[in-house]
Amino acid sequence: MFGKILIANRGEIALRIQRACREMGIKTVVVHSEADAEAKYVKLADESVCIGPAPSSASYLNVPAIISAAEVTDAEAIHPGYGFLSENADFAERVNQSGFVFIGPRAETIRLMGDKVSAKNAMKKAGVPVVPGVDSALPEDPKEIIKIGREIGYPVIIKASGGGGGRGMRVVHTEAALLNAANTTRAEAQAAFNNPMIYMEKFLERPRHVEIQVIADKHKNALYLGDRDCSMQRRHQKVIEEAPAPLLNQRARLRTAERCAEACRKIGYEGAGTFEFLYEGGEFYFIEMNTRLQVEHPVTEMITGLDLVQMQIRIAAGEKLALRQRDVELSGHAIECRINAEDPYKFTPSPGRITSLHMPGGPGIRVDSHAYNGYMVPPNYDSLIGKIIAYGDTRAQAIARLSIALSETVIEGIKTNIPLHQDLLRDAAFLRGGTSIHYLEEKLAKLVKAE
Amino acid sequence: MDLRKVKTLIDLVQQSDITELEITEGEERVRISRGGTVVSQHPAGQQIVYPNVMATTQEMLAQPAPEAPAEPQGHVLKSPMVGTFYRSSAPGAKPFVEIGQAVKADETVCIIEAMKLLNEIEGGAEGVIKQVLVENGQPVEYGQPLMVIG
Repeated sequence: MFGKILIANRGEIALRIQRACREMGIKTVVVHSEADAEAKYVKLADESVCIGPAPSSASYLNVPAIISAAEVTDAEAIHPGYGFLSENADFAERVNQSGFVFIGPRAETIRLMGDKVSAKNAMKKAGVPVVPGVDSALPEDPKEIIKIGREIGYPVIIKASGGGGGRGMRVVHTEAALLNAANTTRAEAQAAFNNPMIYMEKFLERPRHVEIQVIADKHKNALYLGDRDCSMQRRHQKVIEEAPAPLLNQRARLRTAERCAEACRKIGYEGAGTFEFLYEGGEFYFIEMNTRLQVEHPVTEMITGLDLVQMQIRIAAGEKLALRQRDVELSGHAIECRINAEDPYKFTPSPGRITSLHMPGGPGIRVDSHAYNGYMVPPNYDSLIGKIIAYGDTRAQAIARLSIALSETVIEGIKTNIPLHQDLLRDAAFLRGGTSIHYLEEKLAKLVKAE
Repeated sequence: MDLRKVKTLIDLVQQSDITELEITEGEERVRISRGGTVVSQHPAGQQIVYPNVMATTQEMLAQPAPEAPAEPQGHVLKSPMVGTFYRSSAPGAKPFVEIGQAVKADETVCIIEAMKLLNEIEGGAEGVIKQVLVENGQPVEYGQPLMVIG
């Protein structure tokens, strides 16, 4: 087992990883930018290293600085968290070449799943159902593009191969708009991802976002750990997540989960990962795989009783998975609210000093947050300041507990999206369950109209 | 127990009303007392005695002396990267600069080693080396003060 792990991230996930390490008796090295020098987890770390000024490019994305920090502190492994360099295959490679263990899959796996076209093809080969479409790069020839559009059938969506997470995509409803859309998306892809490759898929009108958590060791053992519903999104950013996904076709869910675990074995996946699907009409359609820990991992931890971060660390250290599939038991229901420092309805960011903080508690309540009374939320990074998670024996109980918890929560000095969460937890469609990925944006649009 | 930790402990005692602080970490032990010496016990049994830091600080706080080391006068060279600080280009070689030496702004004053590369660091100001704030071979972080040039 590792004696010292370097945490190459910030915010609530840095604290989460640190907690797992401390429980396992592993020393933590936290790297931070100048803007995060007063972070709670920096103060709690065994060692901390300032790696650069506030901008991410000079700090949390600064590969040489991070590796140098690992060298001077004699760290053994590096946990990349989520975002930043967690899905950067080059970083994983450099970490290994420098003599450290990257806590995550192998670089070639990250590369395979990072290219959305190759990921889809790998999944097709592994028997995982995918969104119907043409799974090769869209040709430049306009005639070919039109032909493919007709083959798939409108509406279609054009996506950047190097994109993902909602970036670099465009929906096309009619043939007349197709060529322009393809050209614009291609140009955007080149600018944003330095990769002009695009591909076309069928656009599903009212799907839900359902994802399956997997975990695999370095000895070809792989497990699925249930699913999550993350349909409550705005601009492809998840707002509320829950596990298990409500109102799902039981047979389809089990069959798809088994295929995901089998795909992990086939491609030699190592570590924690999530297969993301669009779910419509009782069918699963693969869109992409995230080769890292996800923000919403706590809801899966609550219903399985497992610690995914500790499992990641054990797997990276070469240990075999201690469970078999039949040992994985799902129990109860968990829901998570992402608390962001932003205006609840305008979504403008609200950085600044938290003048008064009071977090909820009680049965079934879990709070994952690095914020503290007097904490200065820096303007340089994303607005996530914490997650409030509620667990219950039933979905209804989880919702009730979460509502109560939010009503107890006090965060003053900055704006947060708690009012929006309270609104959603009272929303009739949400209470019924099974809302599509468009639901939240449609609801917000109605609110704007009403004003 | 590394130097940075000991320095942090010294600062802690200095800023509080504590008269004596003893910390044990595994087989290592540090005891810091006001007006006394700092004693650090290493597992090999060797004792490292630090100079009478606390007494000197006490005197300074009582009557502010003109040359207060806490306030560097001049340009503070801060580390532009994470790595290991070295005073010379190779072990055994002469240090790039000594205290009291006159330097130009673009003159190399030290090396920071990062990822097996030796980076030459310029002083960034014309003047005389007033202070060297880190030890040879000490790990440094981004923004850490290295030298004072005045």
